[in-house]
Amino acid sequence: MLDVHDLSISFSSYTLGLKKKEVCAIRSLDLRIAPGEIMAVVGQSGAGKSLLAHALLGILPPNAKVSGSLFFKSRPLTAERLTDLRGSQIALIPQSVTYLNPLLRVGTQVARAARLSGVSRDETPPVVRRAFARYLLDKEVADWFPFQLSGGMARRVLTATATVGKADLLLADEPTNGLDSAAAGEALGHLRELADTGKAVLLITHDIKAALQVADKVTVFCAGNSVEVAAAEDFNGHGRLRHPYTKALWNALPANGFRMAMPPVITSSQNDGCLFRLYCHKQDSLCGKRLPGLRNTNGGWVRCHHA
Amino acid sequence: MLEGRKLAFRYGEEREWLFKDFDLRIAPGEIVGIPGPSGRGKSTLAKVLSGYLIPQEGSVFVDGRPLSTSGCCPVQLLFQHPQLAVNPRWKIEAIMRESEEPPPELLRGLAIDPSWLGRYPHELSGGELQRVCLVRALGSQTRCLLCDEMTSMLDSLTQVSIWRTLLNIARQRELGLIVISHDYALLKKLCARIIPYFED
Repeated sequence: MLDVHDLSISFSSYTLGLKKKEVCAIRSLDLRIAPGEIMAVVGQSGAGKSLLAHALLGILPPNAKVSGSLFFKSRPLTAERLTDLRGSQIALIPQSVTYLNPLLRVGTQVARAARLSGVSRDETPPVVRRAFARYLLDKEVADWFPFQLSGGMARRVLTATATVGKADLLLADEPTNGLDSAAAGEALGHLRELADTGKAVLLITHDIKAALQVADKVTVFCAGNSVEVAAAEDFNGHGRLRHPYTKALWNALPANGFRMAMPPVITSSQNDGCLFRLYCHKQDSLCGKRLPGLRNTNGGWVRCHHA
Repeated sequence: MLEGRKLAFRYGEEREWLFKDFDLRIAPGEIVGIPGPSGRGKSTLAKVLSGYLIPQEGSVFVDGRPLSTSGCCPVQLLFQHPQLAVNPRWKIEAIMRESEEPPPELLRGLAIDPSWLGRYPHELSGGELQRVCLVRALGSQTRCLLCDEMTSMLDSLTQVSIWRTLLNIARQRELGLIVISHDYALLKKLCARIIPYFED
């Protein structure tokens, strides 16, 4: 369904006068999702996870530079094709309530999303009603404005907005943020259902626990690179994880020790070598020399010379 | 010490009470957790305790005096969505200095990168912006901090580092902390006492 190879995104901005500065947000990201699959992308806050979704929708700001190859349904994703596909075939479940129009009633916004994704005028009211029922939103909520929603309800409205149409690829950007565990389980369950009907779901989240409830595979993302691709079963506390950053994330969960094995911000400004060598007991001279590529080990991928 | 006496609140006469006859005492340096499903009024309680909303019944006291309505509020609230808590047309530097000049060790402890100062809020991630809000809330007048899903936007490593820093600061300055979260495992790690009022 979706194939991303060596994606990089950088931003240029003017500093002083006409001097240009480039900031690299994503260095090298590889990702492949098949129909019926949920691929979770987890990692550092600020690592560019949301940018990935924005790149796949072609809604990055004009000063962004994207390189690498993107394929959707085996055909290259060009800027023109993206304009046609977004909203109809590729839909986004956004991260924050600021994506809702503060001046429009919630029901109107969900109906508009349905119309834009190709639902006919007559079908729209029942489709919207079903979407509301499915996400446990009362009928009267349709007449509310976004500021009247609680954090959890807002998220359910956003999910309804994206799934009300007929998209084949869903980009869920932090769909469980701020939901209690029952509602989060519900939202994730709906993603699973959607995947089981043959849609591909990209689940972007920082919450490993939530991701593991439904994902088939997990891509771990840090400092602009994808560092590991693992099956969801590998996260079981039995040492199946390959990369030191993945292990650190896992052990930092409140239920798994609340430990801090490395600082939360790994900057990519160090010279060439592996960014994690200071926090890794396997490091040797090779690690200081060059950035490892992704290697296939135990049915997963890891960016490490020694795993 | 933060104290709420017989608090009651509802949004409009015809709506249900979100809480009624709610009493609460947080001693200096005490860390208290409030769990519960979404939409029950946890965030509303936080807004009442920090003076953003006036309760229909009861009142809030800090060190025995009613919550002051002028100057820096001694009860600071950290929101679930930091994007909505800052002025989008201010740069980070101005946001952080709104109450007072933050001490350098606080900036280091919360891993605030100096390169953020010249940026606008939408140019930071949710986690980064939340740390900026934390700096702003930790002014010298602050006696109690209300953390409403403060780290629900953050990855697990960032979450650990923020809480470790904040727990240290809270211990040194004897701040009271109220932690509102859905994550029961997190509350169990952080809090000495849990108030089950909003749970099923």
